[in-house]
Order: sequence, then C-alpha cells, then structure tokens
Amino acid sequence: MSVTDQPVATAIAVDPGKRWRIARTVAGVAVLGALALLFSGFGVASFAVRVVLLVGLVVLAAGLLQGRMHKFFSSPSAYVATACLLLLVILAIFATEISPQNPYDLRQLDIMDGRQPPGSTNFSGTMTYHLGTDEQGRDIWSGILYGLRVSLSVSIVATLIAMAIGVVVGIYAAWAGGRIEAVLMRIVDFQLSFPSILVALMLMAAFGRGLDKIVIALVIVQWAYYARTVRGTALSETRKEYIDAARGLGLPDWRIVFGHLLPNCIPPLIVISTVQVANTIVLESSLSFLGVGVPITQPSLGLLIANGYDYMLSGQYWMSMYPGVALLAIVASINMVGDRLRDTLNPRLTR
Amino acid sequence: MLVFLLRRLAQSVFVLIAMMIVVFFGVYMVGNPVDILISPDATPREIEETMARFGFDQPVHIQFLSFVGNALQGDLGRSFVHGESAVSLILSYMPATLELALLGLIFSVLIGVPLGVYAGYKADRWQGRAIMTGSIFGFSLPNFWVGMLFILIFAVELRWLPSTGRGDTVEVLGLRLSIFTADGLSHMILPALTLALYKASLVTRLARAGTQEALMQDYVKFARAKGLSETRILVVHVLKNIMIPIITVLGLELGSMIAFAVVTETVFAWPGMGKLLIDSILTLDRPVIVAYLMLTVIIFIVINLIVDVIYTLLDPRVRVKGEAA
Amino acid sequence: MSSPVFRGLAVAALAAAIPALPLAAQELRIGFASEPSSADPHFHNVGPNNQMRRNLFESLVGTDEAQQLLPLLATSWEPISDTAWQFNLRQDVTFSDGSPFDAHDVVYTVCRIPGVPDSPSLFTTYTGGIVDMEVPDPHTLIVHSAEPYPLMPTEFSTFGIISARANGVDGAAIEFSPDGCGDLNYPGTQAFNDGSAAIGTGPFLMESFRRGEGITLVRNPDYWGEPAAWERVTMLPLTSAGPRVAALIAGDVDLIENPPLQDLERLRSDDSLRVVQGISNRVIYIHLDHEQVPSPMITGTDGVNPLQDIRVREALSIAVNRDAIVERIMGGVAVSAGELLPPGMFGAHEEGDLPPQAFDAERAQALLAEAGYPNGFGITLGTPNDRYINDAQVSQAVAQMWSRIGVTTEIDASTASTFFSRRNAQEFSAYLAGWGAGTGEMSSPLRALLATRNPDTGMGGTNAGRYANPEMDAILMEALRTVDDAAREQLLRDASRMAMEDFAIIPLHYEVSPWAMVATVDYTPRADQYTLPYDVRPAQ
Repeated sequence: MSVTDQPVATAIAVDPGKRWRIARTVAGVAVLGALALLFSGFGVASFAVRVVLLVGLVVLAAGLLQGRMHKFFSSPSAYVATACLLLLVILAIFATEISPQNPYDLRQLDIMDGRQPPGSTNFSGTMTYHLGTDEQGRDIWSGILYGLRVSLSVSIVATLIAMAIGVVVGIYAAWAGGRIEAVLMRIVDFQLSFPSILVALMLMAAFGRGLDKIVIALVIVQWAYYARTVRGTALSETRKEYIDAARGLGLPDWRIVFGHLLPNCIPPLIVISTVQVANTIVLESSLSFLGVGVPITQPSLGLLIANGYDYMLSGQYWMSMYPGVALLAIVASINMVGDRLRDTLNPRLTR
Repeated sequence: MLVFLLRRLAQSVFVLIAMMIVVFFGVYMVGNPVDILISPDATPREIEETMARFGFDQPVHIQFLSFVGNALQGDLGRSFVHGESAVSLILSYMPATLELALLGLIFSVLIGVPLGVYAGYKADRWQGRAIMTGSIFGFSLPNFWVGMLFILIFAVELRWLPSTGRGDTVEVLGLRLSIFTADGLSHMILPALTLALYKASLVTRLARAGTQEALMQDYVKFARAKGLSETRILVVHVLKNIMIPIITVLGLELGSMIAFAVVTETVFAWPGMGKLLIDSILTLDRPVIVAYLMLTVIIFIVINLIVDVIYTLLDPRVRVKGEAA
Repeated sequence: MSSPVFRGLAVAALAAAIPALPLAAQELRIGFASEPSSADPHFHNVGPNNQMRRNLFESLVGTDEAQQLLPLLATSWEPISDTAWQFNLRQDVTFSDGSPFDAHDVVYTVCRIPGVPDSPSLFTTYTGGIVDMEVPDPHTLIVHSAEPYPLMPTEFSTFGIISARANGVDGAAIEFSPDGCGDLNYPGTQAFNDGSAAIGTGPFLMESFRRGEGITLVRNPDYWGEPAAWERVTMLPLTSAGPRVAALIAGDVDLIENPPLQDLERLRSDDSLRVVQGISNRVIYIHLDHEQVPSPMITGTDGVNPLQDIRVREALSIAVNRDAIVERIMGGVAVSAGELLPPGMFGAHEEGDLPPQAFDAERAQALLAEAGYPNGFGITLGTPNDRYINDAQVSQAVAQMWSRIGVTTEIDASTASTFFSRRNAQEFSAYLAGWGAGTGEMSSPLRALLATRNPDTGMGGTNAGRYANPEMDAILMEALRTVDDAAREQLLRDASRMAMEDFAIIPLHYEVSPWAMVATVDYTPRADQYTLPYDVRPAQ
C-alpha cells in the first residue's frame, strides 16, 4: 500500500531556517493526537473543548500552508477535497450532537424499525431515518457519523503512534549507524517484505476484536514505513553542513538530534502520514469487512458495509451503499489533500 | 553480482527462520482447533483423544521443536481439516490465485499505461489533471466495496458476467487454469478488475511521471526535430523508456497483489490461496496458516530476487555498479 | 451452461424450452453453503461431510425428511435382548466396484472407524458403545452393547459402509473386538479424495473432488434402488450467501441451499423459481451460567451470580420478544421455541403443549425487582457471528430487549473458532448458541446441554452453563435405557418440561431451512438440513 508515497520520502527537504513553521507543525501533530484521542472517547471532551480543538486544527493547517496557500489551492479539486475533508471531520467530531440516535446504545435501537428504507419514520414517529436503517434498526446516518469517528480516530491514533515509533527507530538508526543501523534496518525490511493486510489479519486473528487491538495491529504494520523514511531523511541531513557546524560548536548529541535533525525529518512525515491515514482507514475497513476488526456493536464504516453486504443483492442497498460512499469520500478527500500537500511542499517542483 | 545474490539469499534464510518462530507462536496462541472441528456429539474423552492425535497435549515448546524438525525435512504438517499435507493443499489452490493476480496485473497495465502516458503528455491541461484526480479515486476505493458494486451491477443487474466461482477449468502443464476457457475467463474478469484497480492507479502515476520526464529528454527533442508524429514519439520512444520502472514496480507488487487477493477472493468466492487462508483462520487450521505464510515469504523472496536480476540485466548502469562493487 | 444474458431477456418465453433439452434436464447443479473437507466418509464427523457421504456410501439405516428411521442397507432391525440388536441386511446389493455387500463389510467399517489417521472428529461417538458383532449368516448382523442401547439403529444411520473386499480384506476372517480388529488393510483418506477408494453402494459415483471448485457425481447405473434422476450432479461450493443467490438468479445453478432470508420474498415472487422451507432440528438458545460465583462479566450485583435465581432466569426469558426476532431478524423464516426440539419430533411436546414463553417486559421488571435487582445489572452476552443464521444479529436483538428491562447488555461477538474455545472455558455468563439434534430426538439436546456434566459418561458435554438437576438427570437416564419407544418418549417429555419450568436455558427459536431452486425441479425440506441430490426431483 505504501508504494505511492515512496517518492515523497526523498522529495522533501526543509530549509533549516524556517524553525517557526516546523514548531507549528510539531504542535499541529500534537493537537491532531489530542483530537484523535477525543474522537475515541465518547463524551470525554465537552462541546466547547472540541470546538476549540477544531478551530486550532484549522489555524494550524493554515499555518502549515502559510505563503503557499495560493499554490495549494491552484487546482479546483483542492477546494472540493479540502471542503469535503473539513466537513467530514466536523461531522465526526460532533457526531454525538448531530446524530439523531446513538447507534452504539442498544437501548436506543428497536429491531421493529429494522431494514427500513431511506426516508421512513420510526415506529413511534419521533424521528425520520433519512438514509434508512440496518437490520438492528440502527439509523444508517447516525451509524455513518459514529463510524466515521471510529474509522478516523482509529487510523489517526494508530498513525501517530506508528509515526512516533518510526521516528525514534529511524533517527536512532541513522545517528548510531554501524551494526545497530544494519540490524534495525533488516527488521524494517523484514516487516516491509510482508503485505500489511496479511500481517494485520494474522495479528487480529491472534488478538480478537476490539478498538485497542486494531490500533495495536495497525501500529505494528505501519511503523516500519516511518522508520525507513525518517532514516533516509536523517541520513541525508546528517551529511549536511549545519550538522557538522553544530558538532563543531560542541553541541551535545541530544541537542543536535532534537534541535536540528528531528525538526527537519518532520515535514516529509506530514505528507506521508496524510496518505497513510487514508490507507489505514481502508485497511481497518477491510479487516472489519473480513470480520476481524471492530466489535459489532460499535461498527466502523467497514463493518457497516460488511453488515449490509448480504442485503445489497436483495435490493436493500442503503445499508451498505451509503457507508461505502462515506468511506470513499473520506479516503478520497484525504488522499487528494495529501496529494496537494505533496505538490505544495515539494521544493523540487517549487523552483 | 554473485556475491550480492548470495548475500541476499543468506538474509532470506534468516528472514525465513525469524518468520517461522513468529508465525508459529502467533498462530498457536489462538484458541483450540479441536473445539471447532470436533462434532458436538463427541464425549470429553474423545475430545482429549483428538487433542492427543494432533499433539496438543504436548507443551508448546515440544510442539515447536517437532514442527521445526519436520519443517527442516520439508514437511510443514498436515491440515487438521483436510487431513492432507498443508503444502500440497496450498499448492493445489495456488494456480487460481496466480492466474487471477496475473490477469489483474495485465489489466492494470492495460488501464494504467495509456492513461498515464496521456496524462503525462497533457500534464498541465485539464485532461491530465482529471486523470490524476481519477487515479486518486482509484486507490481510495476499498477493494471489497468495488467488488460488491461490480457484482451488483454486472452480475445481478446487467447479468453480463457471472458473480462468483471459477467456472470451467482446463489442465495446462499440469495446472488447472480458468484463463484458457471462455467460461473461466468470464468468471475472472470481475475479480481481476477489482484487484487491478488499485494497481492501475499506481501504474497511471508511474507512467505519468515517466512520460513527463521522458518528454524533457534529448532523444524526444531529436525525434520531434526529425518530424516524427507525436503519437509515434509517445508509443515508441516514451513507452519504451517508461516500461522498465513500471515492470519493476509491478513485479514487486505481484506479491502484494497475491496478498490483497485475500479480500477479493472472499468477495468473489474465488477458490484461491487467499480464500483458503481465510477459511483456515476461521477453522484454526494451524498447519495451513503457517504453511501459507511460509510460502508467501518464499514467494516474496523469490520475486525480489528475480526483480533484482531482471533489473540488473535491463539497466546497464546497475550492472556496472553491481560488478564494480 | 445457458447464458445469463439470454436467460435474463425472456424467462417466460424460455420456460417452455428448457425441459425439452434432455441432456440439460439430466444434469443438476447445486450451490452449497459449505464444502466437505474430505470425501472419506469416516474422516470428519461434520455436517457437510456427512451430507456428501450419503451420495456415495450408504448406512444400514436411513433417515427421512423428519429424521424418522427407514430401511436402507438393512431391511429391518429389532432388539433381540436388552443389550443386542439384530439387523437383517438387504440382499443383492453390490458396491460400485462390483463386489457384493454383506454383514462383514459392516464389521470392517466399524473396525476402521476408530483408526482413521489425523481425523479431527471420529465416528467413535456412535460406535464406541459396541462390544461385539456377530455374523450368523452374511445378511444378518447382531450387535451387542454393554448397556441397553435404544438408540443403536439411529446411530447406525450416521456412518456409511465401505467394502472389505474392495480393499483386499477377507471380511469373513475379521475378528471383531472393541479394542481393534487386528492388522487390517484400510484405505487412506487421500484415496477417497482422489476417487480410488470412493467405492460405495450409494446412488451416485464420484467423478471428481476438487476443493474450492466443486464435486461432480455421476449416476450409479447399478444402484439397487430406483436410479437417480440425474445423470450428472455438480456440487459447487458457494459459501457467501449473496453470490449464492445471485448464481441461482443468473442461471448458473439449479438449486441452492440456505438462500439468505432477506431474499426469500424476491425469490418467491419470481415464477421461474421455487422456494421450499421446512423446520429444522436445530434450536437457537441462550445458556446461562448456573455455576460460577461471581459469574464473569456480570456487574452491579456485588459478586452475586443473579442467574442462580430462577426469578432472574424467568425475567430474562420473558423479556425476549421471540416473535419480533423471528419476524424482524429471521424474516419470518424461523419458529419461536418453547423447548429444545420442535413439535412433531421424537420426545418433543405436541404443538401448544409447551408453548414459547410469552413476551412480557413489565412482568420481567417486576420479577427482577422481586429478586432484588430493581435497577437491573450488567451482563455480557457471548455470541458467535458466523455460525448460525444471523447469530450476531439475534444476539444484538436480545441485548436490546434485556437492556430495556434494565439488564444492561453488552455483546461479545467472535468468530466461531474463538467463540467455542472461550465458551468451553466458561468465559461467558450468558451465551447464544445452537443445537441440532443429530439423532432427531429429545435425548440429544437434553443429554448435551442440560444433563449434569460428567466427563466419564459424556453427559452434559456442551453444558457450558453447568446446569445441574439430579431429578431431571434421573428421568433422562431412565429414558436412555428404555428400549420401548412410547415409554421413552414420555420420559423425554417429562425431562424436557422439568428443565423448561426451571428456566434452565432460554430457547429462542428453531431454525427453518429454506431451499431455492428453478421451477423445473423440486425438493422436500429436511429437518437435518441436508441437501441430497438423490431426493431432488424433476418437477411434475
């Protein structure tokens, strides 16, 4: 799944002067992490906190593109994709407020309302199922909102953890060199020689279902990409003059690593991780489709699609069609934004 | 070259051994196959006897040692479910997967290369951008959902193509293949297309980048100066130069194609290795799971080696570098 | 194969033309929901294999659609003492290699059963009680058991007979002993799969057995009974439900088993198709933890196991709206259950004598309050999600209903492979599962699910809730020793009523198995859910 993002790895180098932008990026990553954690815990964050986080996220994204906004939006598809992504993220963050029903609360479901076509009203006449219901009487629209939240948060959390591990391993390998590097990189190669879906499938078969378990599985299949990328960037950075200069000044290793090396490895990671979040969403949904993903009472988009699969051929298309459209929309918009980001942040094309 | 190959082989053996340990303990941690395989009418004593027959009464490290001992003699165990050698069982399912992956690769080249070359040629026009945007959709579409849509549209609504299964097979060189019968081929189109979609987007992107780069090269300028038609330049000169990286990447991707066939085969009930793997996971048929993963590692290693060799042969620069090293 | 496009164009116009093709009419293609793991009749005691076995290898005793016994290789049988049954075998039956069938083949078969290598589930369950076999003449067989064994003829319907002579063994020389019959030559499992040992007396011969792709059978021209209506039968494994029904609609197969419930309406409305359905011997139930204190995954009871209180069990049972589940989740294709075997089967009550518990949420809440749980408690319902028809959906529906009366219910769904291991390890305080009565009588579910667990006797083998009721055990044991059918049936009914009135288990519904087929063929539904090509008939 990673081949598409490989060119990215080497394409980006950052002018070490722009510390501010880098600092903002790091902060942005942290905020994204916080957001993801909030997605996953229902009602942990109050409405106001989530609003603040959303605003912060938008501001940080704008900061990342500062001065390149024009380039980023040079293609009409960028507008559409960004708007679509923003909308979907808002829907996911405020799923509790927007959904007419809590699809994870079995007490709110009524099987008497099962398999209703879009537009029907419920048994007691208090709400309309705009996108129909599944066989449990779960409102598909609410299911999509919550499913979106599960899919997004699972992949963002998994991506962030994998990135953190990858950064540590990659930088350590590049910095330490020699035998340690060789061993670490063999492990990375070993890991990458296996298709992610197979590894994740085996892990889930061993772990059983559960949100935490799927996050662990997704981290295990992803960290090696980051490790390899970071090592590549870090290697080329360590050969640059400013590192020599810093060494010449007698700065301690940790300051060189954290102050110079690390910030310069982050930007390519931003692009990779965008694409990787999309890939992870697809991977998660594939696993859920195969029956080894999230628990059935907390369906992600993939599980909603799988549940509706059997009904699709019998004309009750809405159960799996609409979640599928939502899945496509989120994955495609992330991929498109990632694509624009790559073009925008790629200095080779900027000149 | 030889040194390089030998070193790669040595690494591969190490990978195989590491894999064997990881896979064995990973797979043997899960559940108890006897619980699912044995008839519900069986008495507890029969359950115990069955466990003993499979060696589950032994401590896990003893089971591992006997597994390694047998594996060294080329025996990866017998399927609990089918009572046959796990390796020969998988090999009997392999042709179906290979021909599907191969047709998928062919589709992805047939779709991806023309689109990519055209997009590269019209890189800054709307056509090029539209194709690039389209390719994003190509790898955003979840494999299983596409498969379902294909079945819904082409098999159920339009009834143009069969929905599932393998169709008629014919024996070619000792392998049972569908690709050479009309019925079999019609069964293959939908799953192969589903499998091809993601790779087609990838090929499109590679071809576009290659074309853009090739168009800037001197030989294209000369060709243009000679007054060759644009079509001829694209088809002959550009295509020739971009095929090497595409073939390389696709070669590497054959492995992941086989892996992704797990999902496609499940949707289309295609009787290949992927479906066997899913079924084996569901019935905890440990020897088959372990053997499948070991065989996949070997396939990956072999593919990587072959790609390396071909690449060396195709690209003189690599060869020179390799010999110098 | 007729082109799907062609068929789709004008089904009505074609309908008259299809039966006119004699060759096509002689060929039957069936889409199966599951695939046998082997063609060896004694390798794996599991539904798909046993179903496949019946085409090739016949047993002494057969079973009809309602699982009543009927003569097959034995023409009659009777108990000749408390511990011995005599089977009178059919004359002039030959195996497909031409060797004649006699009582020695039965002895040879029973000798092979315990020793099938690498078998995941042996048939010793049915032959283990045999202590001796006598062959007074080639077509008479006397089988001795240590205990009274009223179910022996039933158990002789579970395994197919293979030929001693075809495998180079002189049947008359076999010395039967329950500990092994000496060093005899037996065919290997592989030999059945490649067809070389697939020599039986059945109505079909095996032409090919290809995993994942299908099995082809051809008519046995020398079959002792009425020859099969089909020259050739192709059995295709179409394990996913949607594609299976799509294959039928597209004309790729003539008959499918288990069409998905949500498609039945559409299939019924199509004049070129036929749908039949019949009640099965399988009950879907929820078992409760009667033993562990505290019970795992129960919260809000201060470590008490509330399920030990009969009022709580009753509340949980009447909180379930069985009719709603049948209607909404099962699409009307199931029957609400009041005990563990549907009416009409041996040992079950007559229709209406032991009806399903009526849904009454208010009374359920009152009962909970009375038992000391006015605010309910928390429980986790374990369920497989790929074993029974809509199993996880049924569990979710039950969870909805329990949550409504205050018993906050979580669902722990796992794939069958992990579910059964966890269930056997008593990880659930409540779990949903199903039981098909292989013998077709009440003793089967009672013995497995509700009898006090005893590993030595095999009683309570699947009683993971550890229900224990010595009074019921006594009646059941009595029944298992009673050879007289009428007396045994009454004892089984008494035992069942006793357990149901104790709310030992919560029966939900009996599965109804549907079949869908082209209108040119017909099939009689079977309680054992088998799809047998021999019984598929061209429609009148």
